[in-house]
Amino acid sequence: MRNFVFLLVCVAVAIVVFFAARMLHNDYIFFAGYTVLQFIVLATAWNILGGYTGYVNFGSAAFFAMGAYATVFFHKLYPQPIPVLIVIGGIVSGIVGFGMGYLTLRLRGAFFAIATLALAVVLQTFVVNWDYVGGSRGAYIIRPNENALVGPYIQYLFVLMLALVVIALVCARVIERSQLGYGFATIRDDELAAEACGVPTLRLKLIATTLSGALMGMAGAPFPYYIGYLQPSSAFGLEYAVNSIAMPMIGGTTSWVGPLIGAILLGSLQQIATVTISSAVNLLIVGLLLIAFVIVAPNGIVGLVQDTLRPRAK
Amino acid sequence: MALLEVTGLSKRFGGFVALDGIDLSVLEGERVGLIGPNGSGKSTLVNCICGTLANETGSVRFDGQPMDGLLTHERTRRGMARSFQLPRPFVTLTVADNLRVPLLYTVNARAGSSLKSADIHTRCAELLQLVGLAEKAAKLPRDLTQVEMRKLELARAMAAEPKLLIADESMAGLSQSEVDDIVALLIRLNERGITIVLIEHIMRAVMRFSQRLVVLVSGRKIADGLPDAVIRDAEVEKAYLGQ
Repeated sequence: MRNFVFLLVCVAVAIVVFFAARMLHNDYIFFAGYTVLQFIVLATAWNILGGYTGYVNFGSAAFFAMGAYATVFFHKLYPQPIPVLIVIGGIVSGIVGFGMGYLTLRLRGAFFAIATLALAVVLQTFVVNWDYVGGSRGAYIIRPNENALVGPYIQYLFVLMLALVVIALVCARVIERSQLGYGFATIRDDELAAEACGVPTLRLKLIATTLSGALMGMAGAPFPYYIGYLQPSSAFGLEYAVNSIAMPMIGGTTSWVGPLIGAILLGSLQQIATVTISSAVNLLIVGLLLIAFVIVAPNGIVGLVQDTLRPRAK
Repeated sequence: MALLEVTGLSKRFGGFVALDGIDLSVLEGERVGLIGPNGSGKSTLVNCICGTLANETGSVRFDGQPMDGLLTHERTRRGMARSFQLPRPFVTLTVADNLRVPLLYTVNARAGSSLKSADIHTRCAELLQLVGLAEKAAKLPRDLTQVEMRKLELARAMAAEPKLLIADESMAGLSQSEVDDIVALLIRLNERGITIVLIEHIMRAVMRFSQRLVVLVSGRKIADGLPDAVIRDAEVEKAYLGQ
């Protein structure tokens, strides 16, 4: 029941955000906002695996790109409305996530991270050499000007991404408070002890990689319509991998709020920097903030707040 | 009837033979002490019985069923529980939530059992009461003392409602009265019908606890019998005291 209330609150906030953005009468808000929202989804998705179970995934860009390329593929094969493409992107990336999990989850720590990085490289090479989706030339997707329901197409994309944010946040919060969430936490804390307590660790890790991958793919599916021209180097861009790790780290990885705060903070900063300074400064900001947080608040903003609120032991 | 039946179990790490053809059977309701010098293979044996390590030869039967090839969590669900030599609490979960995990994943996973969240809450409270950690329920493991950590370790193993509890050096580093506390606790559990294998260095505790004593030395079982007889055994004396 509480989850239902949470869903309602999320939807209400999403509606307010949309109409507030609309009142500004400036389409650029939607362009910039879309990117921030997309990062909220990516960060939340990353956190389901990276934050809850403690397995660091460096291959977020690959899952994102799989979603985007699923869209390109279907755009050429048999055009579908974007909501359908989002579902397809989610399924494709979910399968990739499951496969990756199955192959790599016997690895721990740094080795798992390296394996995910390798997966990204393999998938990028695959896409570069796949002519049907444009190969290294990239693929054009002509965006319609208008959407019948919402109006300007960018606003339509913005609404879709808002919906994905709601889905991702509700997903993350439901998991956090459920039996699954306890299981994930035990995997993060001590896998050996988790097994001894009856937690089927491999199965839970597969659930986490699949879910996390699927959400990333869903975030990637509308991307070709947003960008208009998709090439492997932009879909598999470093900024997706780095941001989806940095945002939860900065916000805090133990709860759903962390990635949300991190993504809003970092995403907005990046958008502002892109306009006022230069787009190249993006990753510099991420790097500096990440270093600062690792030193000052290793548990992120959420951890910092919790530590301040919790009465000191003795 | 034997609850646990280990036959011909061997385990090697590279060229080092950690366990060499161990036979061990534990009867239902029994209290068995397992002793041996450091490095004699006690913890390795526990790990093989619980499925944390895979043994090369031999087999483990538990409750009449072969355990070979089963993962640790599957063995736990069939009624085997263990505590670790060095406490391994879930550090980001509160003390009460640490106990919640086996209740959710082991007890609830068994056929015919579905605990409501209120039941789980009561069980956690009961267990914490039993081991004397009731006041620490909302604390994180890092706020516990060493003794409390070991009690949490035992409580978590017991939360899985096991038929067999393997306590791996749950008293190392404790004071005499704390040792007595834990021995009394273990005997109480045994009276409730849980079979217990106790691995321990502290002889006072082992002698008070055990109905039967098994001695491992360099991966072989050299003695198995009544505690008083076993500690007078010449080979055991040699292993412990030298010639």
